[in-house]
Amino acid sequence: MSETEPTTTDAAELSRRPGRRRGRDDGKFGRYGGQYVPEALMPAIEELTDAYERYVLENEDGFMDEFRERLADFGGRPTPLQRAERLSERYDREVYLKREDLLHGGAHKLNNALGQVLLAKYMGKERIVAETGAGQHGTATAMAAAHLDVPCEIYMGERDINRQRPNVFRMKLNGAEVNPVTAGRGTLKEAISETMRDWATTVENTHYVIGSVVGPHPFPVMVRDFQAVISEEARAQSIEKTGDLPTDVVACAGGGSNTMGSFAAFVDDESVALHAIEAGGSTLEVDEEAGVAPNSASLFAGEEGVLHGARTKLLQDSDGQIMESHSVSSGLDYAGVGPELAYLVDEGRVTPVAVDDDDALEGFHRLSNTEGIIPALETAHAFGYLEEHAADLGERVVVTVSGRGDKDLDAAIEETDKRDVAGAPDMSMFTGGI
Amino acid sequence: MPATGNSEALAAAFADGPAYVPYLAVGDPDYDASLEYVEALDRGGADVIELGLPFSEPIAEGPTIQGAVVRSLEGGMTPDRFFAFVEDLDVEAPLVCMTYYNLIYQYGDGDGPRDFVEKAAEVGLEGFVVPDLPAEEADPLREACDEFGLDLVFIVAPTTTGDRLERIMSRVSGYVYVQARLGTTGAKSDVADSTTESLDRLREYDVPKAVGFGISTGEHAERIVAGGADGIIVGSALVDIVAEGVEADLSTEAVADRLESLSRELKAGAERGYAARTEAAESR
Repeated sequence: MSETEPTTTDAAELSRRPGRRRGRDDGKFGRYGGQYVPEALMPAIEELTDAYERYVLENEDGFMDEFRERLADFGGRPTPLQRAERLSERYDREVYLKREDLLHGGAHKLNNALGQVLLAKYMGKERIVAETGAGQHGTATAMAAAHLDVPCEIYMGERDINRQRPNVFRMKLNGAEVNPVTAGRGTLKEAISETMRDWATTVENTHYVIGSVVGPHPFPVMVRDFQAVISEEARAQSIEKTGDLPTDVVACAGGGSNTMGSFAAFVDDESVALHAIEAGGSTLEVDEEAGVAPNSASLFAGEEGVLHGARTKLLQDSDGQIMESHSVSSGLDYAGVGPELAYLVDEGRVTPVAVDDDDALEGFHRLSNTEGIIPALETAHAFGYLEEHAADLGERVVVTVSGRGDKDLDAAIEETDKRDVAGAPDMSMFTGGI
Repeated sequence: MPATGNSEALAAAFADGPAYVPYLAVGDPDYDASLEYVEALDRGGADVIELGLPFSEPIAEGPTIQGAVVRSLEGGMTPDRFFAFVEDLDVEAPLVCMTYYNLIYQYGDGDGPRDFVEKAAEVGLEGFVVPDLPAEEADPLREACDEFGLDLVFIVAPTTTGDRLERIMSRVSGYVYVQARLGTTGAKSDVADSTTESLDRLREYDVPKAVGFGISTGEHAERIVAGGADGIIVGSALVDIVAEGVEADLSTEAVADRLESLSRELKAGAERGYAARTEAAESR
């Protein structure tokens, strides 16, 4: 594992870092990306772009060295690339799991949160704000802020707060303030809007730790670069364990930070097929009248538009009003997606696939009882995909386990009760006893 | 871009004394009441009226205007109904559309701002304010505005200086929207000191400067205009009246009367400020 341990990163090595050439100076990916934000935020975004270029790209003041050291010591990196024995047998090909569920906090989110909170310190910012959907980014940001001793406020939709109470408690345990957002349907989309409003007021001393590869430039490239450690490790680990690159990489996609992190180092490896698994929800049909898309499949079913600072693929009605998305997993429940992913899909480099709630839930149970890993419901979509499409894949498949499922147990029990799920535990004898 | 802009009506609104520029979200709380409310602003002395076309993710708005956006969208407001509304209005003041870029971009063939601008020109709008469209991304809209003879207003924030200010001022026309303080829209009990600094930075540019964000009383209006503003933009204080009307179930007429009366107060305040400024200049 020696090549995956943090090493001193010099500028030459940084310049070879995968993925980075795709974000040009203006933050455009083909037609996508850009900086569609209120004027009051533009100076902050220019300041952040400058800081990103100096600290992240050029490793000024040893920023990237400190980041990697903290990811190792505080975060527990590198995470393993584990061969999944039962799944390999079941699908008659080698299935490897990139275990981001073993990162501190139980999800890949810490990679980005730690990077941005550290960057905020280097920039001299005194306060952190962040949005959260499922609560995973909020808890990761709260942990990173506590670790680096920076005051932190998290905006979270009221509906998500009700769905994810343990995560609210975790954030507060780490000393963060949690502000409920009541606008709209009270999910991630509204939380992002509200955090942008806070930032527009406090921009002079505050950094906005955005939770995914979305938003105005430089957020999409910066978050990708912090998350790219997933695929940098996986690529080296695959070569070490199998002597070769994987044939396929499979990762779930909401906003796309797990997806871009899992893909970044493989984008230039043309032999590696990249599969972005989106939440198909209950159906891909949309209800224009009610403004509701009962899915979160913006890559698969979305149209080009402008939301939260970037031009990207969106779930929207024909007028351009943003739809309310839906997924069984609140972490995928977002009407947009990172602009670079939208671009890679248009270019044919990434294949988007929608997996519905039912298949995701079966994937959740299958991984739990065959491999002893309870995945996040977000991650479970990737395993729903594998069950349906394994025969289309090559002989070495890497699936990113983006997070663990402890946070989702209440939702999993509730959703399992509604269905006849293959392999689900029979809880009937315990009814009333819990 | 000539500082006077494309629209003669907008230029005229700022040519002679201070301009009172009120804002309301169109369709709040419903189409018919909203017509009455906008016409009340006109009777109250509006020199330009900013008509908000509600977008589902209004990231630059505070709670007051967010509330208006929700009421209007729930009432079924769409871009096409917005254009019909503009045609139905009976007002003298020139009209400017304030909305977010996605709605402008998606209109018509969904492939750029031109269709929206063409339709806006057809129904008689004079210009646009687009809070999530910085100068860097604005060239397609700027070109469409020039093609159809409309103006494009940009917002200058307290944080806007140096090259950014240059970039904005080389693309703005009609008037420049001077954001009086950081943050989102919303009425305040006082107005910020940063306004004076912003106006100072803009002094050398030959385009009308209208100050907004937080103005809610005639006294605010007076002070802002005395400090050098060519106009005042008032949104949340007016939307608050509409919201109170909804909450207290007031008649459309009663709400319209209150809108007209606050408009008169604001306009009178702006004129007092202008007189004081003119007097000070003459006595110098």
